[in-house]
Amino acid sequence: MIPVAFYFVLSALLFFIGVFGFVTRRNLIAMLISVELVLNSADLNFAMFNRILFPGQFEGFFFSLFSIGVSAAETAVAIAIIINVYRNFKSDQVNRIENMKL
Amino acid sequence: MAKLVMFCILAVVILGSATMCVMTKRIMRAATFLLLVLFGIAGIYFLLDYTYLGTAQIAIYAGGITVLYVFAIQLVSRRTLQGLIERVKLSKAMGGLLISLVGLATVLGVLLKNQFINKAADVASVEVPMKTVGMALVGSEKYQYVLPFELISVFLLACIIGAIMIARKEDDK
Repeated sequence: MIPVAFYFVLSALLFFIGVFGFVTRRNLIAMLISVELVLNSADLNFAMFNRILFPGQFEGFFFSLFSIGVSAAETAVAIAIIINVYRNFKSDQVNRIENMKL
Repeated sequence: MAKLVMFCILAVVILGSATMCVMTKRIMRAATFLLLVLFGIAGIYFLLDYTYLGTAQIAIYAGGITVLYVFAIQLVSRRTLQGLIERVKLSKAMGGLLISLVGLATVLGVLLKNQFINKAADVASVEVPMKTVGMALVGSEKYQYVLPFELISVFLLACIIGAIMIARKEDDK
């Protein structure tokens, strides 16, 4: 049996790797990829809590399932916005975009 | 014991790929490493006997979202993005590292000192039956989830229509 602490350490490390990427990277798509890492660590925590602490119930399971769906929608909208930003500004580095309106 | 070994392999794959994903300068490689991270997470779900969740993870994340990223990277810019070498300021990287380490120390301190870790139920290693998942997904009783299920289908449709509306070319009138 795997100790519960291992799962915690794994998801906490994954979360903060994502936070590090989000703070450091200056490219919109790279920032979005870092957000995906953070979302995945949260999903992992939900599933793991559900399985190990309350194995008879399914709340965490379904929360992760719906969270996967929501993140698909989020990615679709965010990528549409990024493509549009690129089209208007000819750049997708965040510090070149000083105001949203041309 | 076999599970522990599998967990360690998956953890090494996940953490290594995630680190490479945020450290690499090329955006296409970041997307590829993201794919590896997603497969690793799906493996952890399989290890927890949530096979349905792992399959959904592979189908939606690895199959859908990564393809979206690759298409976006290929579409956005021929010149800038594909061969892009990003310059990261050292001070900014240090700041990010500091924030991450402080946050990590806080989270791990709180979680590992907590008592509920010791209450872990010893789970029998049986796969969650598909019938249970299906009944809970479309039932309308207590602890059944037909309403979120319908909500998320409408939500996905709305988001995809919104994405098309945002991303389409403005026609000049």
